[in-house]
Amino acid sequence: MTEKLNVKDKELVVPGQVLAEGMSYIPSGKAIRDGEDVTATVMGRVSVKGHVVKVQPLNGGYSPRRNDMVIGQVTELAKFGWRIEIGQPNQADLPLRDASTSFIEQGSMRKYFTEGDYIFAGITDVGKYIRLSTKTRPHRKLGTGNIIEVNPSNVPRIIGRQGSMIKTIKDASGCNVVVGQNGYVWIQGEDLDKVLLVQKAIEMIDQDAQESGLTEKVEKMLKGGKK
Amino acid sequence: MAGKSSEPMMVKGKRLDGRKTNEMRPMKLKVGVVPLAEGSAEFSMGKTKVIAAVYGPKEVHPRHMMIPDKALIRVKYDMLPFSTTDRIRPGPNRRSKEISKVMSSALEAAVYTEKYPATVIDIFVQITNANAGTRTAAINAASAALAHAGIEMRDLVCSVASGKADGTVMLDLFQPEDNFGEADLPVAIMPKSMGITLIQMDGDLTKKEFAESMKLVNEAMPVLYDLQKKALINGEASFEGGKIK
Repeated sequence: MTEKLNVKDKELVVPGQVLAEGMSYIPSGKAIRDGEDVTATVMGRVSVKGHVVKVQPLNGGYSPRRNDMVIGQVTELAKFGWRIEIGQPNQADLPLRDASTSFIEQGSMRKYFTEGDYIFAGITDVGKYIRLSTKTRPHRKLGTGNIIEVNPSNVPRIIGRQGSMIKTIKDASGCNVVVGQNGYVWIQGEDLDKVLLVQKAIEMIDQDAQESGLTEKVEKMLKGGKK
Repeated sequence: MAGKSSEPMMVKGKRLDGRKTNEMRPMKLKVGVVPLAEGSAEFSMGKTKVIAAVYGPKEVHPRHMMIPDKALIRVKYDMLPFSTTDRIRPGPNRRSKEISKVMSSALEAAVYTEKYPATVIDIFVQITNANAGTRTAAINAASAALAHAGIEMRDLVCSVASGKADGTVMLDLFQPEDNFGEADLPVAIMPKSMGITLIQMDGDLTKKEFAESMKLVNEAMPVLYDLQKKALINGEASFEGGKIK
């Protein structure tokens, strides 16, 4: 049996490509084991850490996971609660009892969320239906603001290591920014120019997610716009 | 396969466009040409040009088409009115419906449909210029578009036709060879496993000729696979045409 690694770290791969041969390599992310090989299932970037071969998708939609924090839009009011669109083929449900700590009286659902509202919610269940909750603290209704869409796999880059990038953006612009793990970003600010600048900065991070030194670049971009 | 040409198809071992029997037309593949689609690709093979766009996975409408445990791959193959020498009536016809169907099953084999239950992946293929081999070009473009859309796949799908014209077996027929030739054999293959996902035969081939045709197709697969891989990684790739190593 041969043990061989066919790819380098940070290399781009296509679906079906054999990344490594032999049972000592462990697939992770969007890589799978096919016989004795490790193959990619999507087009993406490889990261090799020891014997773990991981593939991170470049494009493609969001696949929900429990405890993710997402931004969604209310599309429908139903008997059981609200139906929310979270950038994913199947809509998510926000049941009445998970929406608020207070009792929601009959006929008063629209006082909480109406159609078109954006909410910041946590995923509580991803079984047959995706279920959301807005009961606990950071989760809430998002007021007036701009919503932009980014690639969900670039969200960690926008947030940065321990929130460094998002902190830089917030401090430099004075805007309020919420990033959902499904790739929706909500920006609110007093000054429209700054909101647009933040929007531009986030779009730039989304575009050049693989490059290094982004934090400095973003800082420069936002500071430059101040003058 | 209609009628006979007054001209011979082979002159001194060369075809009408100067290729040898085992040579392909020049090819070009570019991904990301449709900004609103999740994935897209533009592919040209000689004078044949196609654009493929992938939308989804998304909720299935109409609901009765939904498959609860896997994704539905819905292909719409469409020839534009100006794609041929005579204007063709827009909209679906018997031929385009058949090609949509065979393309859907050719691509479904490569997609992990069970990872996207109760959804649909829509693939729209537009033929902007038809010069024989449109279904094979469409499959190549659709495969690249699917991968570009970030859909989980077992392998890419590569497709090329071979056939017989003027009594000679040859690879990648172009218009006159297709019109006046004796047989056309479009094949789609997943190169890693060499699994065949599409094979059709229009016309007659003897057992020996069939084996010869398949040999030509198999030899062309690495080139097609390389082209798709390069295009996905660099955004664009081309093949000069001519001899396959």
